[in-house]
Amino acid sequence: MNAASPPSAEVSHRPQAAGERPPQPLLKVENLKVHFPFARGPIWNRHRGVVRAVDGVSFEVFPGETLGLVGESGCGKSTTARAILNLVHPTAGHVYLNGQRIDGLNDQAMLPYRRQIQMIFQDPFASLNPRMTVGAIISEPMKIFNLGTEHDRRLEVLRLMELVGLNPRFLNRYPHEFSGGQRQRIGIARALAVQPKLILCDEPVSALDVSIQAQVINLLMELQQRLGLAYVFIAHDLSVVRHISHRVGVMYLGRIVELATADELYARPRHPYTQALLSAVPIPDPAKERKRQRQVLRGDVPSPDREYPGCSFADRCPWAEPRCTQSPPPLEGQPHPAACFVANDPRSPRRQ
Amino acid sequence: MTETEQPPALPSTQSAELQRYERLLAEAEQIQGISLWRDAWRRLRKNRVAMISLGYLIVLSLLAVLTPLLPLQPPRQQITKLAFQAPTASPLFIREYKIAENEPAENPDEPLPTQAKIDADGFGPLNWFDRSLLAARRAIFGEWCFNSICGRDRLGRDLFARLFWGARVSLLVGLVATLVALVIGVSYGAIAGYLGGRVDNVMMRIVDVMYSIPFIFVVIFIISILNTEDVKALMAKWGIDRLTVFFLVVGAIFWLTMARVVRGQVVSLRNEQFVEAARVIGASRRRIIFRHVVPNLLSVVIVYLTLTIPQVMLFEAFLSFLGLGVERPDVSWGLLANEGVEVITPVRTVWWMVVYPGLALAMTLFALNFLGDGLRDALDPRMKNR
Repeated sequence: MNAASPPSAEVSHRPQAAGERPPQPLLKVENLKVHFPFARGPIWNRHRGVVRAVDGVSFEVFPGETLGLVGESGCGKSTTARAILNLVHPTAGHVYLNGQRIDGLNDQAMLPYRRQIQMIFQDPFASLNPRMTVGAIISEPMKIFNLGTEHDRRLEVLRLMELVGLNPRFLNRYPHEFSGGQRQRIGIARALAVQPKLILCDEPVSALDVSIQAQVINLLMELQQRLGLAYVFIAHDLSVVRHISHRVGVMYLGRIVELATADELYARPRHPYTQALLSAVPIPDPAKERKRQRQVLRGDVPSPDREYPGCSFADRCPWAEPRCTQSPPPLEGQPHPAACFVANDPRSPRRQ
Repeated sequence: MTETEQPPALPSTQSAELQRYERLLAEAEQIQGISLWRDAWRRLRKNRVAMISLGYLIVLSLLAVLTPLLPLQPPRQQITKLAFQAPTASPLFIREYKIAENEPAENPDEPLPTQAKIDADGFGPLNWFDRSLLAARRAIFGEWCFNSICGRDRLGRDLFARLFWGARVSLLVGLVATLVALVIGVSYGAIAGYLGGRVDNVMMRIVDVMYSIPFIFVVIFIISILNTEDVKALMAKWGIDRLTVFFLVVGAIFWLTMARVVRGQVVSLRNEQFVEAARVIGASRRRIIFRHVVPNLLSVVIVYLTLTIPQVMLFEAFLSFLGLGVERPDVSWGLLANEGVEVITPVRTVWWMVVYPGLALAMTLFALNFLGDGLRDALDPRMKNR
């Protein structure tokens, strides 16, 4: 089991982390589970169950790096982010920020950690209070943490607005007077206001036009360079994730099925799900695109309210073997960890 | 936390560009954004019917508040020899009738039992505010007042003056009872919506149950009880007048819809991303409610308020019409219409006693409904840029 060594090895080839390696990860998530109980049907015939939104996710994020999380809708990417921030309480597992456990803290106890870990939301139209001015929105976190005087906060808002590429003269404007991309910049400025070290980006560009997506992605990368931020970047757009991430985790039904550096993952996907996912990415070249071999998966994403004794992907997997439905495959293997018995079996002909 | 020391200052104040930021701030203060309220006002202003209604309501409210200042005849002054005088506008202004000219009531079994209490002036008991307005009026207009341009009732009281004095009661009932409904409904709905889950379920089922009770009968029942002499004496002892009870009773009915509306809004707002964003930046529950939820609730509440006032006024008129609402000698529009209907006989139709109070009521209800509709359109974010 060498799942622990690859992440640190990958950190070393990033420009920021060259030389000395940080002793501990900024964020460490261990076997995180978020289960939502539900009850359906009339009282006399109640069917109770559990939606396993996140079912045993582990990863580490080091200072200054970007960890991408990809997966299709409903695979638990956003819930993972919300659980890290204690917006939903994790059912099991631990979350460590700078080595300190933060999972399951109540709002009061969580407050000091919110200065280090912030979030950018998916929908820039819904994530800004329509009744507040931009200045009030960006300065609210500073107000809550009681940073600076009222006047200083306003100056700081101006600095932040410039930093994210907004015209600071529009301090007193309201969100509805801005475009989608500009609003997302407001959201970024709000996240930056308390000078966090880690920002969870929950599909920050999926609601934006493609041309605007590039601008926001580039802004995020530029801010990372300047401020040394770490990101957990959640998206379902594989090319976006590849562009911004140092390492990428592929999620399927509440679990990480493969975790590797971005280049490695895209060059040599090991898990059959990752391979299918990557084969679906269109190539921006008509000639190549026509020749592209697509690997179409059978069936639908199974419902997360079922419990799978084995690999949750087994139903749809082209490689599935009897052992796949018996016990869950661990996330392990070389050159990077993948949760697949077949891929990790040295005798298997499928092994790459 | 690893770093325990408070950061000395925000990065902007340490930067070399502090001067430039100060300058920018001064510049930025000049530019004012268009808030959703201003935006809504701009849309409302384009709606001519709503603006006319708003103007009418403002004028009406002003006149109602300043009624004692207006040159009107005393609303309770009975001039029996002029009973059922038809509307006349010539001359437009007359001198006030002196009490001495007034003949004693011919009818001993008078249907208005409180007649004896009426002030010699014909104004009834007034508070200090109304008394000072009345004094100001005497100073400005002297003895002059409007002729009976809306006619007179069976006791020779001037209907025009009574319409104005009735407006005070009608509007007050509409406003106060609606505010009672607002306070109960908003708090109930907000609590149910914010707490959610089982509490929400139980609270809203209670509302459902109360919805199914035919409230008109309940109100009639309650007011009939209040009308019995024992209860009246008890209420007088406790200093509660009938109008107060009326506010409470009507408010207690109309809060139901308010609670539902508010609860629905709170539930949807609670799941908005900006509320989640506020939690991420560490906003306290109180801050979330007052800074993020309530301001977004306000537009719905305002619309519902303007649409509830006419309902309440109509309900008051309905009860007064049945003789269960406002108590004589107070007047309200519903009561005036009731008096008008009482004196209709096959031989003589005193049309003005029905038409004018009805008209006043109808116009006000129309205006409130138009304004409510206009506000709903103006405050709807989907109507943006129209």
